Amino acid sequence: MTESKVEKRRFAMTRRRLILGGSLVGGALVVGYTATHPMQVAGAILQGGGSDPEPSVFGPFVRIGADDWVTVVNKHQEMGQGIHTALAAMVAEELDADWDRVRVVDARGNFRAYGPQLTAGSNSVASNWDTLRNAGAAARTMFVAAAAARWGVSPQSIAIRDSIVSHTGSGRSATFAELLTDASRQTPPQAPELKQPEDYRLIGTDRVRRKDTVPKITGGQVYTQDVDLPDMLVAMVAHSPRFGGKLARFDASDALKIPAVVDAFAIETGVAVVAENTFAARRGRDALRVEWDDSKAETRSTPELFRYYHEVAAGRTDIEPNVLETKGHPDAQFGSDVLEFTFDFPYLAHAPLEPMNCVAQIDGWDIKIMSGTQLVTLDQVHAARIGLTIPGKVDIEVLPAGGSFGRRGTATSDFVVECLRIARHTNGRPVKLIWTREDDMAGGFYRPMVHHRAWIELGPDGFPARWRHHVVSQEMVPIGGNFQNFEGITGSPYFVTASVVDGKIFSPSHPVQCGFWRSVGLSHTGMVMEHIIDQLARQARRDPADYRWALYQRAGAARHLAVLNELCLKSGWGSPIETGWARGMAITECFGTVVGQVAEVRIQEGRPVVRKVTAVVDCGIPISPDQIAAQMEGSIGFGLTAALYGAVTLKDGFVQETNFDSYPILRMNEMPTVETHIIRSANRPTGMGEPGVPPIAPAVANAMLILTGSPTTSLPILSGNALGNSNVSVRS
Amino acid sequence: MSYAIFVNGQIHHVEDDGQTPLLWVLRDTLKLTGTKYGCGVAQCGACTVHVDGQPMRSCTLPLEIVASSQITTIEAVEGAEAEAVRAAWLARDVPQCGFCQSGQIMCAVALLRTVGSPTDGDVDTAMSGNICRCATYNRIRAAIHDAAGTLRGQTT
Ligand code: FES
Ligand code: FES
Repeated sequence: MTESKVEKRRFAMTRRRLILGGSLVGGALVVGYTATHPMQVAGAILQGGGSDPEPSVFGPFVRIGADDWVTVVNKHQEMGQGIHTALAAMVAEELDADWDRVRVVDARGNFRAYGPQLTAGSNSVASNWDTLRNAGAAARTMFVAAAAARWGVSPQSIAIRDSIVSHTGSGRSATFAELLTDASRQTPPQAPELKQPEDYRLIGTDRVRRKDTVPKITGGQVYTQDVDLPDMLVAMVAHSPRFGGKLARFDASDALKIPAVVDAFAIETGVAVVAENTFAARRGRDALRVEWDDSKAETRSTPELFRYYHEVAAGRTDIEPNVLETKGHPDAQFGSDVLEFTFDFPYLAHAPLEPMNCVAQIDGWDIKIMSGTQLVTLDQVHAARIGLTIPGKVDIEVLPAGGSFGRRGTATSDFVVECLRIARHTNGRPVKLIWTREDDMAGGFYRPMVHHRAWIELGPDGFPARWRHHVVSQEMVPIGGNFQNFEGITGSPYFVTASVVDGKIFSPSHPVQCGFWRSVGLSHTGMVMEHIIDQLARQARRDPADYRWALYQRAGAARHLAVLNELCLKSGWGSPIETGWARGMAITECFGTVVGQVAEVRIQEGRPVVRKVTAVVDCGIPISPDQIAAQMEGSIGFGLTAALYGAVTLKDGFVQETNFDSYPILRMNEMPTVETHIIRSANRPTGMGEPGVPPIAPAVANAMLILTGSPTTSLPILSGNALGNSNVSVRS
Repeated sequence: MSYAIFVNGQIHHVEDDGQTPLLWVLRDTLKLTGTKYGCGVAQCGACTVHVDGQPMRSCTLPLEIVASSQITTIEAVEGAEAEAVRAAWLARDVPQCGFCQSGQIMCAVALLRTVGSPTDGDVDTAMSGNICRCATYNRIRAAIHDAAGTLRGQTT
């Protein structure tokens, strides 16, 4: 009851105010990234991000046509996570629409209509939950009022089911299409009544399925790679092979001799070759002779970088840490029985199957962009800056992305900006920038390299009494004091028994660009915290589930407890398992979603083999159980890839892993079976695109701890030598 | 140079360098963009097409080599196996981002044309060359078994 009152009040704000609120949020973000361009910031807020979208009386997110179909406008990036489905279900549920006649279209970039368009932090479900339910409920109210007026009956006696509006007493009924004109004359209600979760007919059922499967199984889905415009050129760029290298000079005479190569010129990020087709652009680029100025480039190798990070963690450099967690006297001396843990993590590339690309055209003041991109609003601002125009003149057609995992959402809009810089040279011809797989892998915006060092003292009860935790990692974005790399440590329930907590992060800076990688900070803190806790349980001679249970209990972590209980039940925790096999457990909270996983592991020829993962998730009200399971499966495959193989390493500054032969991705024969269990919940829903990733690495490491007695101190498990560490070896 | 190639049952005369990988001929010249570029070095399977009925990586097949072959792409693959595979893929909502799925489907159809009741081992062998970065593998496997079941039902 309380919840629905709060919601009503929130929606009682006028649409104008809602959108203004959005602009301020977007404005703040924009200011953080491009403080030197106040005019663009002002432009984004004042001019909006484009012209008005297709006008609809039902607001910017819902259109209903004479064909009786309901069209839901998805303002987010669909990159496989199924967000289009979840958003459409919110509208359809409140509207009581026939799900089989609901379609989803992707919104163009339009700040004024949709507010900020940023797909990040597994936030799209949570952030649209009020807006889209209200949009559906408002449209429903308008149809009810229209039918009541037409039939001369009270609105209370009108029902809607599967897009049919009916009057129970008289048996009269009408479709949305038949009532459309009357409904559009109604004033949209400011505070429509929302359903209670127990009344849901669609949300939470297996009927909520993807709307984009057919184009994806017929080859019909158009991704950025597939865009073909009249007169379009294709571009490739020779980038500096070292991060931070600058173009010294180049000779394009051989490149220009290749038929179909049109031009070659310097841009800020290297040398661009434009051609009439992709293969010619590729050959043209291969024929360039380029010299780079490496005076400011990163020329170190990965082992050297790790040695440097270890020095930083030990406080032997002038890098001042940022204090992110503290309890009691953080400077307290630790006793001699302190347990010490260290972990090293390499850079990780996102490696979406569609490498980075973008289509752009500059026509006077007008800029047109077609691309799969997570941070549309930010791209508009950056594009306007490059094209010397205002964000309102930047039209972005957001295409589905062939994966992204954070790569298509960078603070600098790197590949969009690069494409625009090329488009400035093509006299108004549209240009499609194509990155090869090698460009993509060596192109940065990686999950940072990370070093963790933790010192923990246990109390007489066997639980943590003092916990000191130092993290060394580059920032992913230049705002927030690197808190993103401490998420998962901050506020950990495992600190509940500690009287002293001292959590610090050191942020060295060097030219390798870093960015958000699926599950962000949890991609390493999840491993560290969950693998430490099993080692502490071992030290205290307690079962890891038991040990967690006691800590969650004391911390009042009710959702963790519920996940743990269900996980023990469903995974057969504690029951016998065949010789040579072991179960490992991990539970993490990522972007508000709590996930627990138990992995069944054995060691074969020195390699861990994972045959099955039992997963339990609390993501609030489950919208699409099928897609929650899909994201769990995908996240486990993604996280296991990183745990076993994932590493981008440098040798004298050169990226060593540039294609799938050296950066292996988990394949069909290595994929464990996955069983997903969803906790029943009436809480507001939270996201599912990322939270399934963090637990798998520690779950596997914890099982290996049982099998080998040795902790895992760095990832990936299978190629520790590439990192220059001697402490990674799998014992069988 | 001019080459005559047979794609999806039609003959096309293309003016291209003989070294041009078939992938780019399909995508750029013939505008058949259902076949994807993922790695360019026969590592991911996103570019899989049927060449004389065999699943092949079009990214490493030069135009001059395939000029006399029958090529089929995702846009035109048909027959009982293709229908059964698509129906199974749809019933399980296999794709996430979808970018690998053309290649997955081309490999799955080729598998079912040669092995009526594939074991998990057969599926591993036929499909392990195809990367799915979204890790839809379990659904792919289940859908292949579903499709095989459908096809068996049709023949008995
Ligand atoms: S693009 Fe041909 S196998 Fe990857
Ligand atoms: S569905 Fe995304 S790569 Fe397979």
